[in-house]
Amino acid sequence: MIRALIPLLVFLGLGAFFAVGLTKDPSQLPSELINRPVPAFSLTELQDEQTVLDESLFAGRVSVLNVFGSWCTACLAEHPVLMGAAARKQAVMIGMDWRDSRKDGQAWLRAHGNPYSQIIFDEASQLAIKLGVTGAPESFIIDKSGHIRYKHTGIITHEDWAQRLHPLIERLKAE
Amino acid sequence: MRVFLSCLICLFMSASLFMSASAQLTHSEINAKAREVNRALRCVVCQNQSIDESDAPLAVDMRKLVHRQISAGKSEDEVIAYMRETYGDYVLLKPPVQGNTLVLWFAPLLLLLAGLIWFVRSSRKGEEETP
Repeated sequence: MIRALIPLLVFLGLGAFFAVGLTKDPSQLPSELINRPVPAFSLTELQDEQTVLDESLFAGRVSVLNVFGSWCTACLAEHPVLMGAAARKQAVMIGMDWRDSRKDGQAWLRAHGNPYSQIIFDEASQLAIKLGVTGAPESFIIDKSGHIRYKHTGIITHEDWAQRLHPLIERLKAE
Repeated sequence: MRVFLSCLICLFMSASLFMSASAQLTHSEINAKAREVNRALRCVVCQNQSIDESDAPLAVDMRKLVHRQISAGKSEDEVIAYMRETYGDYVLLKPPVQGNTLVLWFAPLLLLLAGLIWFVRSSRKGEEETP
């Protein structure tokens, strides 16, 4: 009698295993960079070719590093959220214009507004690969010591901002 | 003495020539090494392709980075370790044997063994039952 139940038990075991596996989103990769400093880089500012930005940009203040591009349609969806947060001075927004042309990136910001205080121009994924970026939009929250503390993959909704990102930023400011 | 000195100079010169030749990889060697690394790295935006096979923009940039690093004299393992540091184990197309992959690597073997044991035992029983 018990022996006859073995195939059923095996089936249920496998079923449970796969059921758990299906709830995991394979596009949500854990970031290897949590609690590590922003990698060293040296790239120009999007609006001003003469200005060279590096990792010292993140020292001494809590900032949000937001990866975007003029080609990125999903970025448009989160743009109002970033604009609102910047208008309320809730966080220092650093942009990273990824795999874009300078002209298109600038035009995109003119058309939709610029929430960023500075924008890293990463045409050839130099910083993107160091940050383990897989797509845009993607955002990192960086603490005063320049360490990455949080990674948000995909669009930041109003709820994401109000419930997770903004409270975390306030907590980090108090550190 | 002059002969001895010139011999010595010749020796040094040829040695330095030899050293620079061995330290610098030829173009085809760099390409071959980079290709090997590319085949081992997953294109992180396309789930199940290596960056060698993918035309995704990020894969193109990753290939360039691999090529640059190999040209700069890094070994294949060093480049793979660099990518793994930012993209994690996910970037490796072949999962390494480690704690969280033991089930992945050894479950098929265990299942095969279990199947064999079951097969042997049930066929023996079958023999006993036949008159």
